[in-house]
Amino acid sequence: MPVLDQNGTQVWRRRTGRESLARWFGWLLGVAIFVYCWQIISDATTWFFVWDAPRIANDIWTRATPPRWEYITQLGRPIWDTLNIATLGTLISLCLAVPVAFLAARNTTPSALFIRPIALLIIVSTRSINSLIWALLLIAIIGPGVFAGVVAIAIRSIGFCAKLLYEAIEEIDQTQVEAITATGASRWQVMAYGIVPQILPAFAGIAVFRWDINIRESTVLGLVGAGGIGLQLSASLNVLAWPQVSLILIVILFAVVISEWVSAKVRGAII
Amino acid sequence: MLQLKKLTKTYKTGDQALKAIDLEVPKGQVLALIGPSGAGKSTMIRCINRLVEPSSGEVLLDGVDLARLGSGALRKARREMGMIFQEYALVERLTVMENVLSGRLGFVGFWRSFLRKYPQPDVDEAFRLLDRVGLLHMADKRADELSGGQRQRVGICRALIQNPKLLLVDEPTASLDPKTSRQIMRLITELCRERGLAAIINIHDVALAQMFVPRVVGLRFGEIVFDGPPTGLTSEKLTEIYGEEDWEATIEKVDDSDDIEAAE
Amino acid sequence: MSEMRLEDKLGTAWRKPHFIKNPTLRLGLIAGFIAYMIAAVLTIEVDWGRVYEGLDRGAAFVLAFTSPDFVSRASDIWEGLFESIVMTVAASVVGIAISIPIGLGAARNIAPLPVYVVCRGIVAISRALQEIIVAILLVAIFGFGPLAGFLTLSFATIGFLSKLLAEDIEAMDRVQAEAIKASGARWTQWINYGVQPQVMPRLVGLSMYRIDINFRESAILGLVGAGGIGATLNTAFDRYEYDTAAAILLLIIGIVMALEYLSGVIRARVQ
Repeated sequence: MPVLDQNGTQVWRRRTGRESLARWFGWLLGVAIFVYCWQIISDATTWFFVWDAPRIANDIWTRATPPRWEYITQLGRPIWDTLNIATLGTLISLCLAVPVAFLAARNTTPSALFIRPIALLIIVSTRSINSLIWALLLIAIIGPGVFAGVVAIAIRSIGFCAKLLYEAIEEIDQTQVEAITATGASRWQVMAYGIVPQILPAFAGIAVFRWDINIRESTVLGLVGAGGIGLQLSASLNVLAWPQVSLILIVILFAVVISEWVSAKVRGAII
Repeated sequence: MLQLKKLTKTYKTGDQALKAIDLEVPKGQVLALIGPSGAGKSTMIRCINRLVEPSSGEVLLDGVDLARLGSGALRKARREMGMIFQEYALVERLTVMENVLSGRLGFVGFWRSFLRKYPQPDVDEAFRLLDRVGLLHMADKRADELSGGQRQRVGICRALIQNPKLLLVDEPTASLDPKTSRQIMRLITELCRERGLAAIINIHDVALAQMFVPRVVGLRFGEIVFDGPPTGLTSEKLTEIYGEEDWEATIEKVDDSDDIEAAE
Repeated sequence: MSEMRLEDKLGTAWRKPHFIKNPTLRLGLIAGFIAYMIAAVLTIEVDWGRVYEGLDRGAAFVLAFTSPDFVSRASDIWEGLFESIVMTVAASVVGIAISIPIGLGAARNIAPLPVYVVCRGIVAISRALQEIIVAILLVAIFGFGPLAGFLTLSFATIGFLSKLLAEDIEAMDRVQAEAIKASGARWTQWINYGVQPQVMPRLVGLSMYRIDINFRESAILGLVGAGGIGATLNTAFDRYEYDTAAAILLLIIGIVMALEYLSGVIRARVQ
């Protein structure tokens, strides 16, 4: 924060002239980019449909209410599949994420030069790609079904879990590790006594947090054919059975709320 | 028993923490290492059990040069040296008992330690040590539930259960209040006497060092500038170690009474 | 506790106290978990023959990453990618701008109760609805194209950012804010001087993170016709054009990595 000397009197300004010029230029550039982006979206939009939107929304609403409650009898199995996709996917991903995290953390990696970059690449590539895309890919490879969903969720979650876990590993108290090393413990014993107890709470928190997210994601995997309640959603949308769609949406909302509640409870119990 | 020969440590940044230290510690002798912050006390202790790799020089423990050992032999050598830390360095989320037993890690295999199935003599020894420091009833408490003094006692048990020849003690009292500090220092020196252990106690409280140990080594900028009995620590010597300050008050505290602890 | 005597302990085995102290509850939980796992694994139908056949295709896909084809569908790829980026930018700007007032309103320590309830309601709705489901509904209402995608991402941004911003405001240091209030500041001044400086670094960090997420999400919105690269990717998988798919995935990963790097730089600067 500069104090300028203007004609002998000292004037306080938050920023120097050059700084404020740069800021204004930055803002101008930002606004220009935004306007340009908006222009492109607007050009690609059929505005007639947009002006018609309230009528269509109203139309869909009247068709979708009331939900077709008796359809719920056919949703039992899909919900069970959805739960399994999320849970098994999370468990598999945790098994894979733990070694990746240890290889990626600066203080536990065997080689910062060769192995760490590979681990980081696994982390960034698995988490950059949405589980729906993984599902698309796996369906093309191993065919549609619940199994593809499980694997898609598992792969997608590796990067997420490993990233949070390796950050937790890098934040541990190093003197506790030193103390265990000083007793003459082997590398694995140092891991089991010095590092694991310190990251266990973080690990449990990450697992439950990711499970919660995976419940959400597995509800829509069926849209591309990877099993779960999304399959019914997709089928109902295809035949424009709006009362069924609304029922499925209610069920999904319900599942999401419950999973969030469970995950909050479990995390509260751990920490 | 322990001999340092021309021990030197230069950090990657170029700072010379230790400049060709020569030191000999006979069996059963307890010595205090004093000196200002950054004098290299901590580095020296860590160079002995190679938590810090020495740059050059020899660390001879019963004639074996620790500085040249491979990783397997180093682990065996580390079992001979118990270490006590400044901030206790207990594994906070493990129980007191697990922390004490972790001192035996160098002696048991991985699966035994992983499943917490220690040999019965180790478990008995752990109980005995906890009883000795007055924490037997805390055995199943988690380490983070303990007070500072209690944690340091657990740290002492962990070092002693190794059945070491030498104790390396790094600022044992730095995070404790004055009364607890004295209790801990007394406990360490007593235990050393009982078991005939040699110890290097790295400490910044000169008065406390003078109170409990027969030999004091002063370190300044990585060099030994004093080596002798506590009575030799004159005002001039302290000035040489720490720099200009009024030292009279510090020296007089030596004959302070011990009856505070008698109530314990 | 002092009645515990050394003589009683010597010779007795020591066991680590269990995490869950009640043995019935502990065994019940373990048994329940095992039973669930068995049921879950048994109900997953895996067509191992199909999976085995798929291994070749999987290998082909992995190999495709070594020779990604950016050229043969170049115009589709660039158009889709450009649209994804445009949607990301526009939706992030609008979403962040809207989530700041909602985030303020959803913080109990600065908002009056009615405002708090309304804002928390908006956050809850936005968070409970999956992006892809919102996109389906908005496509049905507004027609195909990036407008639906833009609205979806903006809506999702509000739920994410407002919630975290509100939590951050609720966790802020009261004393600093009180000191500003004590100086006789107006509400807006109070927010500007007492609250904003405390939450700004985190707001910037979260916004960058959300831009990252928005880009990743924009890659799947195309699957349901809401614009972006997803449509191109879907076509590539449908036609088994793995080299084109690999090219698209590499581009997504590259952009996400670049965004992550950028957000790291920006976060380091505001802190």
